[in-house]
Amino acid sequence: MQLTLLALILALLTVIGFLIGRSRAASSVGGRVAELHSVPSYHGVYVALWAGLPALLLFVAWTASEGWLAMQLVLSALPDRLTTGDGQSVGLLKADILNLAHGIATGREADPLVAEAARRYAAFRDLADWSLLAVVASLAVAGLAWGRHRIGPDLRARPAVERVVRVALVVCSLVAILTTVGIVLSLLFEALRFFTVVSPLDFLFGTHWSPQTAMRADQVGSSGSFGAIPLFAGTLLITVIAMLVAVPVGLMAAIYMSEYAGRGVRTWLKPALEILAGIPTVVYGFFAALTMAPFVRSVGEALGLDVSSESALAAGIVMGVMIIPFVSSLSDDVINAVPQSLRDGSYGLGATKSETIRQVVLPAALPGIVAAVMLAVSRAIGETMIVTMASGLTANMTANPLQAVTTVTTQIATLLVGDQEFDSPKTLSAFGLGLVLFLVTLCLNMVALRVVRTYREKYD
Amino acid sequence: MTDLVEQDVAAVTPSPASSTPPKSRLRGEAFARRLRARHAAERRFRLAGAAAVALAALILVLLLGSIVAKGASAFLEARIRLEVTLDPAEVADRNYNGLLRRALYAHFPQVTDRAGRRVLNDLLSSGAPYELEAMVAKDPALVGTTQTVWVRADDQIDQLVKGGYRRDLPESERGLSDAKVAAADALLASGALAQGFNTTLFTAGDSREPEQAGIGGAIVGSLLTLLVTMALSVPVGISAAVYLEEFAPKNRWTDLIEVNINNLAAVPSIIFGLLGLAVFLGFFGMPRSAPLVGGLVMALMTLPVIIIASRVALKAVPPSIREAALGIGASPLQTVLHHVLPLAMPGILTGTIIGMARALGETAPLLMIGMVAFIVDIPHGLTDSATVLPVQIYMWADSPERAFTERTSAAILILLGVLILLNGAAVILRKIFERRW
Repeated sequence: MQLTLLALILALLTVIGFLIGRSRAASSVGGRVAELHSVPSYHGVYVALWAGLPALLLFVAWTASEGWLAMQLVLSALPDRLTTGDGQSVGLLKADILNLAHGIATGREADPLVAEAARRYAAFRDLADWSLLAVVASLAVAGLAWGRHRIGPDLRARPAVERVVRVALVVCSLVAILTTVGIVLSLLFEALRFFTVVSPLDFLFGTHWSPQTAMRADQVGSSGSFGAIPLFAGTLLITVIAMLVAVPVGLMAAIYMSEYAGRGVRTWLKPALEILAGIPTVVYGFFAALTMAPFVRSVGEALGLDVSSESALAAGIVMGVMIIPFVSSLSDDVINAVPQSLRDGSYGLGATKSETIRQVVLPAALPGIVAAVMLAVSRAIGETMIVTMASGLTANMTANPLQAVTTVTTQIATLLVGDQEFDSPKTLSAFGLGLVLFLVTLCLNMVALRVVRTYREKYD
Repeated sequence: MTDLVEQDVAAVTPSPASSTPPKSRLRGEAFARRLRARHAAERRFRLAGAAAVALAALILVLLLGSIVAKGASAFLEARIRLEVTLDPAEVADRNYNGLLRRALYAHFPQVTDRAGRRVLNDLLSSGAPYELEAMVAKDPALVGTTQTVWVRADDQIDQLVKGGYRRDLPESERGLSDAKVAAADALLASGALAQGFNTTLFTAGDSREPEQAGIGGAIVGSLLTLLVTMALSVPVGISAAVYLEEFAPKNRWTDLIEVNINNLAAVPSIIFGLLGLAVFLGFFGMPRSAPLVGGLVMALMTLPVIIIASRVALKAVPPSIREAALGIGASPLQTVLHHVLPLAMPGILTGTIIGMARALGETAPLLMIGMVAFIVDIPHGLTDSATVLPVQIYMWADSPERAFTERTSAAILILLGVLILLNGAAVILRKIFERRW
């Protein structure tokens, strides 16, 4: 409510600032616009920036810190017996206060002190929201007045505006860096918390994975076991199957399209492959679970084999299909980048087309193709939906593609779906797995992208 | 080499000793055999290439075909025609269920025992009374009259009408009792059970009952999520691309940003989900299952795609345009905003559409931030609990009911339709605005 009002006020003041600035700039030189340093609209933007920007920054800083501040205030008023304790009980207390303040039933009788705290919290938030509205609005008005005051024939409005815009551009380009930093920090932080409970060596080299931790300490198997080797093995198995499908088919398709297919065929084939690439992974997962898995199973049974209903083979094949367009479009680029002169030289020596491709074009394109395959492997390792829907949850350590295996991504997805406490090793182990996944795919991508880059430069 | 030279020399030097011309290596039997083998290898290789392409196409057809075959029937739903007398007393009691049942029993005057009537009760969807209630709420003047209404049938009956159950199987293997089949057949014969266009699928939220479940909530959730994604990633992405391509000095720092963006584009999507969970939910305390958080995560995910596409588009604008603008006194920023960016816009737009299509089809990161909840209500705001279309597909795919499989396929068809439209729009845009300098 206050938020919408505030956004409206800010937008309105910014527009007013623009109009005022523009007209004042023109009137300050008596309508002879050429005497101004910058055209009037830059003066308008100048005033609008003064009106909108400081207020917006204050607003962001305030909303980011308000909840935390309110909680600290409320907590400091509570007796120590409630607020001291391990992190978990304080977290629970905070959650209770928040839920009560938002009118969500917590499902148990609330401590009167906590109820009081929640009431105070809600009151504080309400007060803070209204005062925020007042402060931000007055800051915007003040900024507007200041900007308007500065306007005159000598004001260098354009450079000032351009400085702000350039800073904004730099900030935008930093978002990508911040994302990476955020990924690394959040994974590291949570993974470190996990590694204080489970030793990294047990995690990386243990061979037994059963993350279920019991609710009570006296239950059987109360401490989950977090040896991730079966997950790595399962991921590897499915990735290998996927690559066995994707690399030959994708590479041959790329060769056919770039070397043999005529223009007409190409104009039809490329979009078809792009459709295949644009299909969401959840659709592939559905296909794998409901069409491919029963098919693999019935074929296997017809051959007298024992096939699990969630076989690694079905998931791997469908994942391979998903990656075919990826491999083929990357290889297509690489093959097209091989200079025609190499081909012509080979033809001149009397080689047939296939000999040229196999003995000249492919060796020349090999680094690029290897990089493409590496990117494809990284894609396969990180793919989630197909394996979550079509491969099992049981951590089997097997090289038999007809059995069910589980993968790193499947485990991350299943460990974190649904409501869980944020502190249990079970939940945190997902971040440990995420860290491993991130590092492995990062290495693959870094190397592959570097190879592609140097390769491109070589023939450019 | 020397061998060749000697041969050549032998060829040009007339030798009086031999009257027959020197036998060319190109006419020997061995050569012909080799050539045949090489040409056969050529044909085999070419065939392998064509086979690979054909295989990919075949799988595409198979995939789409299997989904169409499973999902097409979901666009129809079975409804039962009832003559309901809206008795004022019962309406006041809100006993719509009783009203419907009474009307249904009228189709079967011979059934009077409780067991038989229980079978009849099961023909109707448990949501049917609400349909009637909504009808009465809309037009209170109907109370006291007798109306012909078509209400939803139970999902088992729906499947029976569509041929999902085999009538020739014995009762125990069919999964649907003979009594129900007989009752449904009687209704079919009298024309009181028929299929109509399935509007529920498009308007309703999720439900445990397949016949009442729809993707309306998921579509709204997807739209809200996409809105947030677009509002964040498009301006930020284009700005970042403009900075990197037009203003950034070439140094280690910008190199780092560039490498970083390329890597970010290849990070598995589930990692972005972990980021969202740890940072947006854990650190900032944003609400779970909200389109706002989903949109934020998706924005971070599509950002590299948009930046890379925008940079390519900016790079394609020839330097002469910039030089001309600078030459007549435009500032660098004016050059970019007034001249370079408008010319690069079609390319940027294409990249943006492709990025959005990708965000629309993404599932995994949204599972992490709790958009995988069972949500009946259609979301109204950015912080309401919501789900999105791909996640809805994921959840339905897990449901054992045959009717859910059908609906999953239908939802996939709708999703694919939207994606093909988006990608098609991107291709058409590229065709229209493609410009070679």
